[in-house]
Amino acid sequence: MRALVWHGKEDIRCDRVTDPGIEDPRDAIVKVTSCAICGSDLHLFHNFIPAMLPGDIMGHEAMGEVVEVGAEARGKLKVGDRVVVPFTIFCGQCEQCQRGNFSLCQRSNRNKRLADKVFGHGTAGLFGYTHLTGGYPGGQAEFLRVPFADATHIKVPDGVPDESLLFLSDIFPTGWQAAVQCDIEPTDIVAVWGCGPVGQMAIRSALLLGAEQVIAIDRLPERLEMAEAAGAIAIDFSRESVIERLNELTGGDGPDKCIDCVGMESHVMPSQPDTLYDRGKQMLGVETDRPHALREIIYVCRGGGVISIPGVYAGFDDKIPLGQLMNKGITVRTGQTHVNRWTDDLLRYIEEGLIDPAFVVTHTVPLADGPEMYKVFRDKQDGCVKVVLKP
Amino acid sequence: MTFIANVARNAGDPKILDAGQSSLGAVDRLAKALGWFSIALGLTELFAARRLSRVLGLNGHGLVRLYGVRELAAGVATLSVDKQAGLWSRVGGDALDIATLMAARGRDNPRRDTVGLALALVLGVTVLDVAATQVLAARANRKRRDPRPSYRDRSGFPRGLRAARDGVSDVRSPKRGGADPVTTAAQ
Ligand SMILES: NC(=O)c1ccc[n+]([C@@H]2O[C@H](COP(=O)([O-])OP(=O)(O)OC[C@H]3O[C@@H](n4cnc5c(N)ncnc54)[C@H](O)[C@@H]3O)[C@@H](O)[C@H]2O)c1
Ligand SMILES: [Zn+2]
Ligand SMILES: [Zn+2]
Repeated sequence: MRALVWHGKEDIRCDRVTDPGIEDPRDAIVKVTSCAICGSDLHLFHNFIPAMLPGDIMGHEAMGEVVEVGAEARGKLKVGDRVVVPFTIFCGQCEQCQRGNFSLCQRSNRNKRLADKVFGHGTAGLFGYTHLTGGYPGGQAEFLRVPFADATHIKVPDGVPDESLLFLSDIFPTGWQAAVQCDIEPTDIVAVWGCGPVGQMAIRSALLLGAEQVIAIDRLPERLEMAEAAGAIAIDFSRESVIERLNELTGGDGPDKCIDCVGMESHVMPSQPDTLYDRGKQMLGVETDRPHALREIIYVCRGGGVISIPGVYAGFDDKIPLGQLMNKGITVRTGQTHVNRWTDDLLRYIEEGLIDPAFVVTHTVPLADGPEMYKVFRDKQDGCVKVVLKP
Repeated sequence: MTFIANVARNAGDPKILDAGQSSLGAVDRLAKALGWFSIALGLTELFAARRLSRVLGLNGHGLVRLYGVRELAAGVATLSVDKQAGLWSRVGGDALDIATLMAARGRDNPRRDTVGLALALVLGVTVLDVAATQVLAARANRKRRDPRPSYRDRSGFPRGLRAARDGVSDVRSPKRGGADPVTTAAQ
């Protein structure tokens, strides 16, 4: 089959590889009909997430048709089922899964011992991500082996296009979880940093969950325009002071709830000198992330507020203002998304036409164009917000 | 490389049969080569400053050592994702090198032939550096379509925000994972 394979920093190729097969009775094989490139894939593209190996298949947002089912998954899945594959692999039975903490499943990470060493306590297995999360081959491919498939799937009905369902795999529940973690109240002003696909979903989720106003921060006019289309107020951080504007828009109080959809690769620019400092340290390998947005959030967030962090951070960060965080009594919530905790409801909203996540798709291309599209998405060319690949 | 990639695989994981075309373009490879060149030159300037100054007939080797540090920094940046910044700092470094070598080409320097050779080398590399920055600048241009596509109509709420909000508050079920367990526990 064909698959997008990681060969090194900025080196992704559409290779011909051997087909996956059933390895465990709980496995299923999915013939991928659509998959997408995520902001998290860019961190891997840039080799900022440790423990990638040449030969790893990329991709953790995929859907398709079940073509083979292992003996123990047969009660739950059958050949021909249409499924979205959640990016978090989970067993459904361990203590964390019982609590709905699927991204912390205690069984699905096949490199758990290594992960326990690095994280203190390892996390779930993830598709197409680092070997710290199991190093499972990803879904930017023609076929995908789904481990623990009896639990790890979202059944979806026929008659709804792929583009409307695909993002149940990651970014829609990710934006949703980020907003749920804010405990939004009807008087809340919610500020969202980063208007990439995750930010777009977080903006809409915050509105659906009843925020009085959402403020969206980015520098790319097309992404700000997409945020405004949902009803958000836009702030362009390359032209105006985010902190001044936010205080102005909140009567001097600061936003009640702040969502960081930027993560470890904050935009580097001289007018934000800390980004230059972080970039330098990152090049020397003495800091893993560029947490500019997070510093700004901690500073501007209203006392007693909540900071929700869906944006991915890799490791060790410098100059995090814990003094401001502690003294203002701020609550921080974060995590890889517990995808299936939310997808029953989110699928229903899609089916009822309350929301259509397909709004975010700007580019649909064949899988073979994937390597080129990584660059287009990374460089924000051609108004690119979300790329869907067709194997 | 493909062989090594396949050795590291888990038993059942797909293995590479044929590698396709890389997302790395010619200019990325050139930048990589220039980055390693910077590192090699930087290390030489830093640790063999005395020898190098003698070969070029320069008096004092402190400056050469300083240039070594500059070269290493440019090398690290050029090898990073931000190769554009690294290449520009290389071009700046090239200008400094050229100025320094020009100044050392005087009649009183018995090594001026060697200096001339070094100058030719630096000029050659400068051409490559400038060419690479130009190709990268062209590639970084965000526009591919003019005018920029408009996303004004992409609200994502087919029935409008009002209806979506009402619908969501109606159907959000607390027991089926609609509510956040942690929040619920706190209430
Ligand atoms: N928690 C999870 O489970 C999960 C799931 C999916 C993605 N993510 C993470 O979410 C983040 C966003 O993903 P994405 O797909 O939207 O990526 P993206 O790269 O398309 O979006 C990031 C956006 O942030 C903007 N930005 C950069 N610096 C900024 C700053 N200082 N202030 C405001 N905006 C800034 C960029 O212009 C860009 O539009 C990534 O870190 C990704 O890894 C997490
Ligand atoms: Zn993702
Ligand atoms: Zn589990």
